[in-house]
Amino acid sequence: MKCAPFDYVRASSVEEVVKTLAEADGDGKILAGGQSLVPVLALRMARPSVLVDVNRIPGLGSVRPVDGAVEVGALTRHSRLAAQTHHPLLAETAKWIGHTAIRTRGTAGGSIAHADPAAELPVVAVATGATVSIAGSGGVRTVTADELFVSALVTSLDDDEMITGIRFPQPTRWGFAEFARRHGDFALVTAVVTEIDDAVRITVGGVGAVPVRAEAGERVLADGGTAREAAAAASAEIDPTADLHGSAPFRRAIAAEMIRRALAQAGIQ
Amino acid sequence: MDVTFTVNGDRMRLDVEPRRTLADALREDCGLTGTHLGCEHGVCGACTVLVDGEPARACLMFAVQADGSSLTTVEGLEGQDSELHPLQEAFVTHHGLQCGFCTPGMLMSALHLLDNDPEPGREKIREEMSGNICRCTGYQGIVDAIEAAGESLREVDAEPAEASP
Ligand SMILES: Cc1cc2nc3c(=O)[nH]c(=O)nc-3n(C[C@H](O)[C@H](O)[C@H](O)COP(=O)(O)OP(=O)(O)OC[C@H]3O[C@@H](n4cnc5c(N)ncnc54)[C@H](O)[C@@H]3O)c2cc1C
Ligand code: FES
Ligand code: FES
Repeated sequence: MKCAPFDYVRASSVEEVVKTLAEADGDGKILAGGQSLVPVLALRMARPSVLVDVNRIPGLGSVRPVDGAVEVGALTRHSRLAAQTHHPLLAETAKWIGHTAIRTRGTAGGSIAHADPAAELPVVAVATGATVSIAGSGGVRTVTADELFVSALVTSLDDDEMITGIRFPQPTRWGFAEFARRHGDFALVTAVVTEIDDAVRITVGGVGAVPVRAEAGERVLADGGTAREAAAAASAEIDPTADLHGSAPFRRAIAAEMIRRALAQAGIQ
Repeated sequence: MDVTFTVNGDRMRLDVEPRRTLADALREDCGLTGTHLGCEHGVCGACTVLVDGEPARACLMFAVQADGSSLTTVEGLEGQDSELHPLQEAFVTHHGLQCGFCTPGMLMSALHLLDNDPEPGREKIREEMSGNICRCTGYQGIVDAIEAAGESLREVDAEPAEASP
């Protein structure tokens, strides 16, 4: 399978990306790590006329600690995220993304923009209350992860917009657990537990179109319930869909166990 | 579009369409057919090459993106006088291949692994090689081969300097 022809633009600045996308008028696409986009092009599920390669834009590939959070540049590769020590939850998460040769190329901005319901980073973005910086023709704006993820593979980004960075707050406690058939496969269920501003959040990926907060489970904890009770409540409230990889009851059961493990890792019994 | 990169130390200058993948450019334009193509969408690992020392799927990169890079393909493992690399020797000895289709990608992933961790242990080998699919061997021989190659590479490194002419 080969991609349909396209014009290739190697952008050297965010302004150039935005301008090129605006000129393409909805027919342009950003090329970051290419680990999700190139398969889509090869399968001809998309046929953009212009690809804007953002890989050589300087200054977007670093992880910087800021007050109570880290700023992750859009071009930060998953391997870099896994190796950094400023945000341990992000480091743990990044290790679970695909395989080594995927992590060397795939980027944080690309993963967030792609909004795959089975991907890890969107779950952590929602779990930590991350904010996403976006540049577009209309200027720069910031949205929360919740506002960004609309549906499976759908975000609130406009055609001429580019994610430039993501700010992930530091949880005071955290736990991460995922279940995949084989190491490196997309997760069937990802559970992330975060304590932010003294409240415990339970966020689950792979059980809906976007990462979901298990609010009933969170309430159980706030009311002094045990981790097992919270996990049971959380798995009852989620509404997973069945697919080739697992039935709804199976996903529900796996979600309960992953939530229990993530809670245990966060030190919540 | 014009692109220039080095492959296994040789400078290549090509004129390619932007949609040409790096894998196709290596195979068709550079004549280096050691890099294999299985799935062409990032899953099987057969096309894995090193781009500036890091493993990457050559089917998920466009050749134009490699402009200015230094690439290593399976052909680059060959020593002087067509000698096999210790990794290749180990794959032969330990039944790390059968049909050989997955082998170039396996070797490049394993090379990167051993470069970064000369003594990875079987569990880490399995984890790191999880991005490469083999339909023949059942993986056991591949893990054996990488473990053994790690040992022989460590021995080479440990040899006293006067041993070399
Ligand atoms: C075999 C395999 C296994 C994988 N396993 C996993 C896994 O287990 N978990 C997981 O999470 N992912 C997995 N992935 C996907 C991988 O993480 C991708 O890196 C990621 O989803 C997309 O990032 P990218 O940088 O490669 O983006 P690209 O593929 O370049 O782009 C993806 C989409 O995002 C858009 N985009 C990219 N960057 C920006 C930006 N800065 N602003 C706005 N839009 C942008 C593109 O236009 C495109 O629509 C896997 C991929 C493969 C091939
Ligand atoms: S051919 Fe590139 S990963 Fe399968
Ligand atoms: S040896 Fe045949 S696919 Fe691996």
